[in-house]
Amino acid sequence: MEEIGNLFHGFATVLAFRDMNIFGVTMAIPFNVILMVIGIVLGIIIGILPGLGGANGVAILLPLTFSMQPTSAIILLSCIYWGALFGGAITSILFNIPGEPWSVATTFDGYPMAQQGRAGEALTAAFTSSFVGALFAIILITLLAPLVAGFALRFGAAEKFAVYFLAFCSFVGLSKEPPFKTLAAMMIGFALATIGTDQITGQLRLTFGFTELIAGFDFLIAVIGLFGIGEILLTMEEGLSFKGRDAKMNMKVVVQTWGKLVKYWWLSLRSCIIGCWMGITPAGATPASFMSYGIAKRISKNGKNFGNGEIEGVVAPETAAHAAGTSALLPMLALGVPGSPTAAVLLGGLLIWNLQPGPMLFVENKEFVWGLIASMYLGNVVGLIIVLTCVPLLASILRIPFGIIAPVILVFCAIGAYTVHNNFFDVIMMYVFGILGYVLKKCQYPMAPLVLAMVLGDRAEEAFRQALITSEGSFGVFFENGLVSTIMTLGLIALFWSVISAGISRIRGSAPATAA
Amino acid sequence: MSGDRNSAAKGPSQRSVEIGLALLILVFGLIIIGGALKAGIGWSFDGPKAGFFPFYVGLLVIAAALITLFNEWSNKETKKIFAEWDQLKQVLSVAAPTLVYVIAIAFLGIYVSSAILIAYFMTVISSFSVVRTALVAILVPLITFFVFEKWFLVALPKGPLETFLGY
Amino acid sequence: MIQSKSTSFYVAAAALGVALSGTPALAQWEPQRPVEIIVPAGTGGGADQMARAIQGIVAKHNLMKQPLVVINKAGGAGGEGFLDVKDSKGNPHKLVITLSNLFTTPLATDIPFNWKDLTPVAMLALDEFVLWVNAEKPYKNVKDFLDAAKKGGFKMAGTGSRQEDQIITVAIEKAAGVKFTYVPYRGGGEVAVQLVGNHVDSTVNNPIEAVAHWRGGKLKPLCVFDGKPLPYNDKIAGDKPWSSIPTCKSQGLDVEYVMLRGFFMPAGVTPDQVKFYVDLFRKVRETQEWKDLMSNGAFNTTFMIGDEYKAWVAKEEKRHYELMKDAGFLAKKS
Repeated sequence: MEEIGNLFHGFATVLAFRDMNIFGVTMAIPFNVILMVIGIVLGIIIGILPGLGGANGVAILLPLTFSMQPTSAIILLSCIYWGALFGGAITSILFNIPGEPWSVATTFDGYPMAQQGRAGEALTAAFTSSFVGALFAIILITLLAPLVAGFALRFGAAEKFAVYFLAFCSFVGLSKEPPFKTLAAMMIGFALATIGTDQITGQLRLTFGFTELIAGFDFLIAVIGLFGIGEILLTMEEGLSFKGRDAKMNMKVVVQTWGKLVKYWWLSLRSCIIGCWMGITPAGATPASFMSYGIAKRISKNGKNFGNGEIEGVVAPETAAHAAGTSALLPMLALGVPGSPTAAVLLGGLLIWNLQPGPMLFVENKEFVWGLIASMYLGNVVGLIIVLTCVPLLASILRIPFGIIAPVILVFCAIGAYTVHNNFFDVIMMYVFGILGYVLKKCQYPMAPLVLAMVLGDRAEEAFRQALITSEGSFGVFFENGLVSTIMTLGLIALFWSVISAGISRIRGSAPATAA
Repeated sequence: MSGDRNSAAKGPSQRSVEIGLALLILVFGLIIIGGALKAGIGWSFDGPKAGFFPFYVGLLVIAAALITLFNEWSNKETKKIFAEWDQLKQVLSVAAPTLVYVIAIAFLGIYVSSAILIAYFMTVISSFSVVRTALVAILVPLITFFVFEKWFLVALPKGPLETFLGY
Repeated sequence: MIQSKSTSFYVAAAALGVALSGTPALAQWEPQRPVEIIVPAGTGGGADQMARAIQGIVAKHNLMKQPLVVINKAGGAGGEGFLDVKDSKGNPHKLVITLSNLFTTPLATDIPFNWKDLTPVAMLALDEFVLWVNAEKPYKNVKDFLDAAKKGGFKMAGTGSRQEDQIITVAIEKAAGVKFTYVPYRGGGEVAVQLVGNHVDSTVNNPIEAVAHWRGGKLKPLCVFDGKPLPYNDKIAGDKPWSSIPTCKSQGLDVEYVMLRGFFMPAGVTPDQVKFYVDLFRKVRETQEWKDLMSNGAFNTTFMIGDEYKAWVAKEEKRHYELMKDAGFLAKKS
């Protein structure tokens, strides 16, 4: 196959040795491999640091790469991206603070696992799943690039709305919390998402004349407050019990966890497919992670234990998020549409290096494209090795006394909130969300629907209204062709699934909670 | 953890907090509806106007809050407490300095405020030695400064000290 | 310096800036701190790309001792970014790169700012707009297209609402007596793909946003909304260079629109400080990287400073007001 040949040529490009003058001595070094390692390490740091997401990290370093060859530059930048993807899970699991939007779903089970002294296991599961998801997506890109890109073209506004609808419906469902509190939490999320500028008419809404509100509430600020600050307050109430978590310090935990993960091959495969599909359409990694988590919760035997430290609850969102994050690069290369914010920045880079993304890129700049794809394979392998060796080290962070780590977390939360929009007002909002998070959690309002509604809310509304504009107000647009009707129907099934199963179990006279 | 594990302890009742929270959510819903009305909640020829979604979302917020309010009102179990006063005092001992910290960022910049927050936490709330406290309180903001301002060129809020040093 | 401490912090900061910069009358002013470029748009857009390219060029050629820092403030159709610059009166370490939202945002929303709250520095380029249709469509020229559009039901996709793309759409409607359904999207790349996927009938994408699809044979340009054809003769798509696209006016569609890519500073800065940045941009324009960027995006490379620039901006503001008033896009005063 031609693709395989091209790929090996790509590997050769990445692994090539180059003569470099180092301290006056000329020697041959694998320049691109070194860049790869630097990129991954930088990326992990960026992923851990608050407010320096993959997109920011890549944007900041982009100008530094202008003097490099495009292939070397994209290897460095894409490896920063992989590193950031790996790194985002670390703070989610250790401190309940998602480093990246798509790590939010990872906190649901990852943080309880860390609390139970299983941080090493959770980290290993997260890293390995990321790797599996990314690998699956790369193989897909290698083999099916032209075909998949054509599929993405079929997604107009109505189809996009259907995808968001499906993502939402597969996540919501019956939970332990009282149904009306779940509804309230979800609607608060939707309401917060609508504040700011209305994308369709361009007018301001719900800002009440406060210029601070024109940018709206970024959901990261809510998440940092609700999860990060809220968690510290809860810990304080319990009397500094954060102290001295038992965290395993050896590499054995990695091997043991792998043994467990093999059993979940079907879960992984399903999450990979969900992720790739969401990445290409392009709905993005965050909805993918929620959707995968929601479906896993419904299908798994241990579904009702999700949220209490179930390893499947880490595998599902991490695999899907990374499959989506990686496959999002495909629409960027083949069509010039970024599937994620980071892809958007990389796109800018391509243009600056005189490369035109689009169908012609695969023809005219073969070496670049296949070098990039090869670096995806190698970068992920290198990344996995680096992060797995760090597992014991990372788990031991939990041994730092609460008195030191708590203020440092608070500082990081503040930095994270500020950097979202470079806005001081956001830091205050983060604090308000923190207090709210504490009270809401104690009153059994679930956080996940609120966060998901904030993420999907304005995007879904936008797609809905775009679709209605194109159809001149007719709802038929959502069932116009096979593609959109299928997705909508799947969404409706997912939505009513829990209602149906609850009805059945009620007839049988058992508690609804066992029905999932 | 809910406070019902120790019914003898004193503290605000879960019920009163629930009612207060539901009222707060109710007010939030009303504000949303007010804003939505201003933006226009109608349905023009090509789909909903800017306030259409917020309006119905606001209605649902209010409905959910009212039902929760009703449930709590008719809830006769008043003994369960939200948290003990002592626990709340603990929470406040973090929440209050954090509020001061957040406000101080506007005036002192993030680095100086962070140093003060860490020092306060380590000495007053926990009891670390002065040397360790000074070490952490100075090093963390300093490292943060170099990482953000120097290497990644991300500007964070700065105060008089940074201005004095020429940043 | 001791005196200034007793006054408010901002005055102190400003005074310190002057004190540290040496005696302004004798030595050239130079930035003493990292200089922020505010981008009133999201990461990855045209303005953002340009700001980051300048950042890279300045760093690579060592044109300035202090680094440039790019900050995106996209909220409120860019209003967030402009308000930030407006509130930084007298701060010589802040620049803002503009799009047409410099004019459209204050007109379409009631966000309180105006370009007169800022100090104009320089116009670096003008971004062009081209009328694109799907290559599968039978229209050979603008007339074919407009004739088909007159039958009604045509959809025009564009970036944002009540901004440049929609203004051009309204101008076309007025000039040609047609009616489009305008569908707003978030970014130019997305808009182009909607056209490739045949979800809409036409777009007015910037050259750089749609060039990949032109080269790939998916889209074709009908005309450019500028007074004269684009000056770039390198072959882009097949044997067609940018210069092969006729002007809309020559095709009987009398609409002209170009978008400002220029820089402003906060109010209250000294002429010395403005001069520093003007000189900086002059040096940037000399570099090969800048020239490549210009030809890739088929930009109009007009450079303006001082009163000429100011007059241009004032004229454009007036034009936008008229266009938006006609289209009914002005904010209702509430």
